[in-house]
Amino acid sequence: MTELTLKINGEEVTADVEPRLSLADFVRDHRRLTGTHLGCEHGVCGACTVLMDGEPVRSCITFAVVADGTEITTIEGFDDDEPMTMLRQAFHENHALQCGYCTPGMLVAARDIVTRLPDADEDRVRLELAGNLCRCTGYVGIVNAILSVIEKRRG
Amino acid sequence: MKSAKFDHQRTSSLDEALAALGSADGEARIMGGGQSLGPMMNLRLAQPDLLIDISRVSGLDAIEVSGDIVRIGARVTHARIEDGEVPGLTGAYMQFVASGISYRSVRNRGTIGGSVAHADPSADWPSALLALGGDVVIAGQDGERRMPLDGFQIGPFATGLGFEEILTGFELPALGAGAKCGYYKVNRKPGEFADAIGAVVIGSVARAVCGATEAAPFRVTAMEEKLAGGATAVSVADARHMIAVHDPGFDDYDLQIHAVALSRAVGRAFA
Repeated sequence: MTELTLKINGEEVTADVEPRLSLADFVRDHRRLTGTHLGCEHGVCGACTVLMDGEPVRSCITFAVVADGTEITTIEGFDDDEPMTMLRQAFHENHALQCGYCTPGMLVAARDIVTRLPDADEDRVRLELAGNLCRCTGYVGIVNAILSVIEKRRG
Repeated sequence: MKSAKFDHQRTSSLDEALAALGSADGEARIMGGGQSLGPMMNLRLAQPDLLIDISRVSGLDAIEVSGDIVRIGARVTHARIEDGEVPGLTGAYMQFVASGISYRSVRNRGTIGGSVAHADPSADWPSALLALGGDVVIAGQDGERRMPLDGFQIGPFATGLGFEEILTGFELPALGAGAKCGYYKVNRKPGEFADAIGAVVIGSVARAVCGATEAAPFRVTAMEEKLAGGATAVSVADARHMIAVHDPGFDDYDLQIHAVALSRAVGRAFA
């Protein structure tokens, strides 16, 4: 077992974990933050994407022990976040989710796109979304939602 | 939990990591960003007994240019290269390569040193850096040594690194103003591992690399001679012959997509 101290959604957490525990399993099973979803568990589908020190990472292929000393933000930690508030509303308005399984990772990736690439056009948004798989929507609603937020933030 | 059991050791200096490697019982693996090793451990293709975590080791994440050499630390992430932190034409070429590696959330963690040390034949950096040329910098129990990128990778997941050595960085040529670079990767979807890679750098010498093979990426000498002689395009048919000479064990489809990758890489270099 290895001791681990990190901040999750602003709260300081200390735990003793097996080194092979993934960050995704840690937040879900140990912290009951089940908004983070697990799809492929080898870094392809993007459902488990969370922020580590402000940058999106795959929590399924990042061991929890590696997150020692970092600040993790899961989908539960964005209540007062301005771009995320805009994205939630835009996802709602554009029918950007159906079953909702990909949505937590999709929103974290979308937040990265609208904050890092304020000039992104549709092609760039689609390219950046290549690492987040959705099997319901065909991406049209998701892309439109992200583009609408980029547009609003520009104005 | 998907990975087999292992012990995890955090290290804060290169000396500490080397000491851990030297005294490890069983199989020890160095982990930087863990974006290749992590999935392989989840799939239990890799089952190291000890993971030596160098993600906090300082001094391995610098990018600096001195004279005609670009020095890049092993822990530099793909995302930093994508964001243009490597200067000059070498940086522009590397920026293009980095932007096609997996996805941003992987590029934020994955490192250039990890990619080359891991030596997945379908990964981008082993082929892209072989086309640039230059040296791999390696730290061992007896100090530092350099190995040319030529010959560093000897097969799939196999390199010239010793069991008690750590890849610490690269010394790459700073390309001059007239240099041309092109990189083309065949894959079904952006960010995937490549089915075929073509990488071409024409600086003081011409280098053309055929990558994403069943073994190590290799230089296509006949194409290099043609490019050195002033050619600005290579047809797919010619590329097929030039690659086939190296007897890479391709079937007809593999030969075709690798020829297409190299032909288009040349096209991009002179676009």
